[in-house]
Amino acid sequence: MSTVMINLWYVVAAALFIFGLKQLGSPATAVRGNMLSSLAMVIAIAVTLLNKEILTFELILVAAIIGAVIGAITAQKVEMTSMPEMVALFNGSGGIASLMVGWAALYNMGNTTFTDVTILLSIVIGGMTFSGSILAWGKLSEVMTSAAVVFGAQRIVNAGILVGLIACSVLFCMDPSVDSPYLYAVIALSLLFGVMAVLPIGGADMPVVISLLNSYSGLAACAAGFAINNNILIVAGSMVGAAGIILTNIMCKAMNRSLGHVLFSGFGAVKQATKVEGEVKPIVAEDAFLILEAAQSVTFVPGYGMAVAQAQHVVRELGELLEKNGAEVTYAIHPVAGRMPGHMNVLLAEANVPYDQLVEMEDINPRIDNVDVAVVIGANDVVNPSARNDENSPIYGMPIINVDQARTVFVLKRSMGSGFSGVDNPLFFGDNTRMLFGDAKQSIAAVVAEFKG
Amino acid sequence: MEAVFLAMVLMLSIFLGFELISKVPATLHTPLMSGANAISGITIVGALISAGGEAGAMSSYLGAAAVMFAMINVAGGYLVTNRMLSMFKKKDTSQTGGKS
Repeated sequence: MSTVMINLWYVVAAALFIFGLKQLGSPATAVRGNMLSSLAMVIAIAVTLLNKEILTFELILVAAIIGAVIGAITAQKVEMTSMPEMVALFNGSGGIASLMVGWAALYNMGNTTFTDVTILLSIVIGGMTFSGSILAWGKLSEVMTSAAVVFGAQRIVNAGILVGLIACSVLFCMDPSVDSPYLYAVIALSLLFGVMAVLPIGGADMPVVISLLNSYSGLAACAAGFAINNNILIVAGSMVGAAGIILTNIMCKAMNRSLGHVLFSGFGAVKQATKVEGEVKPIVAEDAFLILEAAQSVTFVPGYGMAVAQAQHVVRELGELLEKNGAEVTYAIHPVAGRMPGHMNVLLAEANVPYDQLVEMEDINPRIDNVDVAVVIGANDVVNPSARNDENSPIYGMPIINVDQARTVFVLKRSMGSGFSGVDNPLFFGDNTRMLFGDAKQSIAAVVAEFKG
Repeated sequence: MEAVFLAMVLMLSIFLGFELISKVPATLHTPLMSGANAISGITIVGALISAGGEAGAMSSYLGAAAVMFAMINVAGGYLVTNRMLSMFKKKDTSQTGGKS
């Protein structure tokens, strides 16, 4: 196939990617959108294989089959609760692939300086994405501490790495060769930089990191496209880059923090919040049942704790029982609840909660005072009223779901510890708050049992 | 001139990407992310060219390794997105098939 024909097919693939992404924007068409996008990928791969520059197929076939099998098995096996970890690993996988594509492109004859620069870009962004994603995976799966790791000279060390990275890149471009020591230095430094960039970012900020790494993996592919003069890589890569940036921006807005603040300062190292005093009022499942039975409208507010307790199925069961009982049931989801954008929505969808029962923060807040019972399941910071009225709180200014303004609030909580950010939550001491201590799944199951019995 | 042309393509696709994605509802953020993630596996095209080219053994091995990693990204990304999306249902369909 001639180069012109191949590039024409790339245009077709690009159009399908665009249509696919567009259709991913609505629940009704999203499945088709994903199909179109994968069709585009198949076309892009197929016409590339028809390229006359490709001479050996054995190696490609073996590599592709191994990769496809690993990917397919992981995709089938993964629990919906561990979706953030898996997306992190896939991001990393795409990142390292772009690094290698850039590296391999160095072996091409007659690269211009512009090409060398883009090769380095794909190596640097790819390397950062890879090591950053592996670290993010470690934090999400709790292989290592999920908290922000901050040490004194961090900024100086990071600045040093960045300067070293730029210096080695310049030195490499002055005398590009595949066995230049500066090449290895650039690879090592970019891997180190990825680790250092994710290290100071803590658990509750993970949605931002995941979105950002997603964006990087696209940009890495885009840089690799420049390195090998390939249109389809640039188009697809930059669209992924844009998607990641948009999600990052949404996540930052939902926490009322700037991207710079998330990236460069560990959480909670700021001002000491006003200490909250008061008495908590525990409740047992039987009493919770009596209140829920009388309720006309119930809103569930899930958080990361629901994912940890795997409570989504019992929550849906309780929701259905309440509906049969005549109550209006909604699920209010804060944009940063969980560990990745839309994490809670996926869990509830897995448990068969229809998506039209899921409401966003902006929709529930104006009518929250008409809600009889708000049930907070494993969420803490996203319902903390100090974000609204305590100027000294580290989360002051973050938009929250105002559950404290509902008629009654149930908070399901393992024990009286504070949330991830280590901030006290005055919600627990509110007059209308009842604490249901224990494992979220067991607590809800107990209430469900009351309904049935 | 080639570089300028590619930069033009880049600029247009970034704007297009922003336009397309800024309207996605919060419910679909996770599938959008994993779907976009799968698309970033497009780097496989570059990997195939390197792996099958004749720029030397090292280049082929790097390319082949890149094919494998990119393929994990592509296959895994699309399949898991599909799996997630098939769970999103409207109210009337979910009540007939009430399996958890």
